[in-house]
Amino acid sequence: MDINVCYHCGDTCTDATLVLEDKSFCCNGCKTVFEILSENDLTCYYDLQASPGAIPKEIEGKYDFLSQQKIIDKLVEFDDGDTQIVTLYIPHIHCSSCIWILENLNKLHPAISLSQVNFGKKTIRVSYNLESYSLKALVLLLSSVGYEPYISLEDYKTGQKNVNRSLIYKLGVAGFAFGNVMFLSFPEYFEVNEFWLDQYKHTFRWIMFTFSLPVVFYAAQDYFISAYKAINTKVLNIDIPIALGVVVLFLRSTAEIIFDIGSGFFDSLTGLVFFLLLGKFFQQKTYSFLSFERDYKSYFPIAVTKIFNNQEVPVQVYDIKKGDRLLIRNQELIPVDGILINGRAKIDYSFVTGESETVTKQSGDKLFAGGKQTSGVIEMEAIKSVEQSYLTQLWSNDVFSKNKEDGFTTLTNAISKRFTIAVLTIALVATVYWLFVDSSKALNVFTAVLIIACPCAIALAAPFTFGNLLRIFGKHKFYLKNASVLEQLAHINTIIFDKTGTITSNKKNDVKYDGLPLSTSEEMLLKNTLRGSNHPLSRSLYDILEANNIIPLDHFEEYLGQGIEASHNTQNIKIGSAQFVGHQTDTEVLNTSVFISSNNMYKGKYTFYNSYRKGLSKLFNSLKKKYDLVILSGDNEGELENLKKLLPAKTKLLFNQKPDDKLEYIKYHQSEGAKVLMVGDGLNDAGALAQSQVGIAISENVNVFSPACDAILDATKFNQLYHYIKVSKSGIKIVKWSFLLSLFYNIIGLYFAVTGQLAPVIAAILMPLSSISIVVFTTVATNIVGRKLK
Amino acid sequence: MSVIYILLTVSIIVAIVFFVAFILALKSGQFDDGYTPSVRMLFEDELVKTTKTITKTNNKTNHN
Repeated sequence: MDINVCYHCGDTCTDATLVLEDKSFCCNGCKTVFEILSENDLTCYYDLQASPGAIPKEIEGKYDFLSQQKIIDKLVEFDDGDTQIVTLYIPHIHCSSCIWILENLNKLHPAISLSQVNFGKKTIRVSYNLESYSLKALVLLLSSVGYEPYISLEDYKTGQKNVNRSLIYKLGVAGFAFGNVMFLSFPEYFEVNEFWLDQYKHTFRWIMFTFSLPVVFYAAQDYFISAYKAINTKVLNIDIPIALGVVVLFLRSTAEIIFDIGSGFFDSLTGLVFFLLLGKFFQQKTYSFLSFERDYKSYFPIAVTKIFNNQEVPVQVYDIKKGDRLLIRNQELIPVDGILINGRAKIDYSFVTGESETVTKQSGDKLFAGGKQTSGVIEMEAIKSVEQSYLTQLWSNDVFSKNKEDGFTTLTNAISKRFTIAVLTIALVATVYWLFVDSSKALNVFTAVLIIACPCAIALAAPFTFGNLLRIFGKHKFYLKNASVLEQLAHINTIIFDKTGTITSNKKNDVKYDGLPLSTSEEMLLKNTLRGSNHPLSRSLYDILEANNIIPLDHFEEYLGQGIEASHNTQNIKIGSAQFVGHQTDTEVLNTSVFISSNNMYKGKYTFYNSYRKGLSKLFNSLKKKYDLVILSGDNEGELENLKKLLPAKTKLLFNQKPDDKLEYIKYHQSEGAKVLMVGDGLNDAGALAQSQVGIAISENVNVFSPACDAILDATKFNQLYHYIKVSKSGIKIVKWSFLLSLFYNIIGLYFAVTGQLAPVIAAILMPLSSISIVVFTTVATNIVGRKLK
Repeated sequence: MSVIYILLTVSIIVAIVFFVAFILALKSGQFDDGYTPSVRMLFEDELVKTTKTITKTNNKTNHN
């Protein structure tokens, strides 16, 4: 069998029958998409990028709820009864082909008048005519070409999200004023006594004053607010000396021009605010396509199917009441706790508990919210509402409402405390000295000290260092929520890993066979039987086994949730669960196994093991020197021996940990002084991720959802974790060096201030010079440090 | 020399015009997505090709 690559999605094709226009396809879904696109002359899709598509999923009945007006109203952002505009999130958007096809949606349906992609956010904004079209039809159309939108409970709120651009407005105001004031103050810098200059200098000064008003009262307001809050809570943060400096600058400059003493420091004032905001802006690196604030709402569907008077009606999740009959389809999430009425329930609770094995439930058993049904349709009866379900209760833990940054003193704030006290002391001592020597200069000196010591450079060191490191990390697929996470990362001493999905990859592809050896004909039959099955285990087993000739099967039957049975000539084979093949197991099975019987004789079983991520042992060995390592798994102990072989002897291994147990474990160790880094991947780790100092979510595909966390790490870079921590430590060093550098500038400035000879021109040179040199230094230094990352 | 008042007024008005233009551009949201337009502008050719063929197939789609 020759291996072809699917023309649409790039997977390998195993089915030779799907060839169209000498292009091969891996499945009917992909072939259908190609047909749709070629009918509409949209085959350019494949020219822009090879195999850009995704396999369209089975969505029978999944989007019926979109026919309900109440739900539509919550989702669309504009609706006048004639035209609707909706913004949908599409995780699959990843290349220029995607943009092209999605912006040409009107070729697929004329009712669509405009579709615009935002690549960064992975969203599409579509306007369509309601006469011949609807939201449901649009979603179905998108799904049919492999761009299924992701609609979750989180979207269930009315109205558009407002983008907060206030920082850029402020930056614009400050920059505008800074530029103009610089020009206007230039003539007076050198204090030449020139006739025309003396004539017009008052005009110039008052214009400068006017320009500085919006800067002080609008652009700098955040610093005043923050300083006021800090004083109220009796903390000294960096914003206090900044706010003080701005106030003193403004008051002294205004006094100087009112009493005609000099031209004031309006240029330094506006420049200072501009640079500070620039630092803030630079630090505000956001990954718009990632969200660090997810809770269960991002996972939950908006609506489920309710059975009412033998009719299927879609019902909004929040409207589910106790006693409602619900229909849960294959791969759908159970939204509320309830009781199974009928159907074969195989529930995957990995979301909630981290246990990777599916659980089989009988009619009458209890089902918990957050489980995923994995085989066929089931009916259940709700016994609680959404808010009271077990999973939702997890989020009522107060760990989720705490702001992690509150309990953490940043490096900048730590230094600003000493700095503020030192500056005030110097100012007072110098003032007292001048009161005795020359009292007319005293006030001048006092204000000059506060002006020149305004910690602009200190305030810029951290934002530019961390902002740049965030960008460098982002290039290496490690996305941090904000700069303070980076600082906390440098301080940790304990690292806790979840097992499933974190140190193991989600694909199970290590297989061991134990039992009687299979004959050649049996092997051939086995392989051919597996070919016909779509079950994930069959697929991975099929990929592992040696290639065989293709033989036609006389009989093939798949029993959902049990196994497959097939025969060829006189040979009959059964593949599936122990019960299905009639094998009595005496030990409790902890691992995933597929049992095989041939002609009703038990032959043996294939056992699947998690495969561990590449470089795991090496990573643990490099981490163990400096950190305490712990594995906290929600899974059973089936992998204990394997792990012991892989990991350093000191590593603690704990299994069967429920989400709450993980949280409590971290809490306990924190109370004993541990600074914890938690690395996890699922909803079941959400509490632990929130409780730890730094929570990193590992993701095989960063577009798929990760739980609330401080950072998201691409799974391929997992073995680089140690290097990221090392670089964050170097980042702290760079900030400290920057502090020294700015101290040096401050000493020069203070010399002028204390001796009473601070002229506006000196302030106007020193202030930007110190700020810019800090920016240059931190940028160069972080780039050098960042080269360590592979 | 009082012409300087006129000069100042004009220059500041010009500066303010640019500033207002910046604010309006920001408000319109054109800086929100810095990537997609750069890709979008490369699509012209395929669109021309498809619009030609679309006119042929238009008879099909116009009847719904």
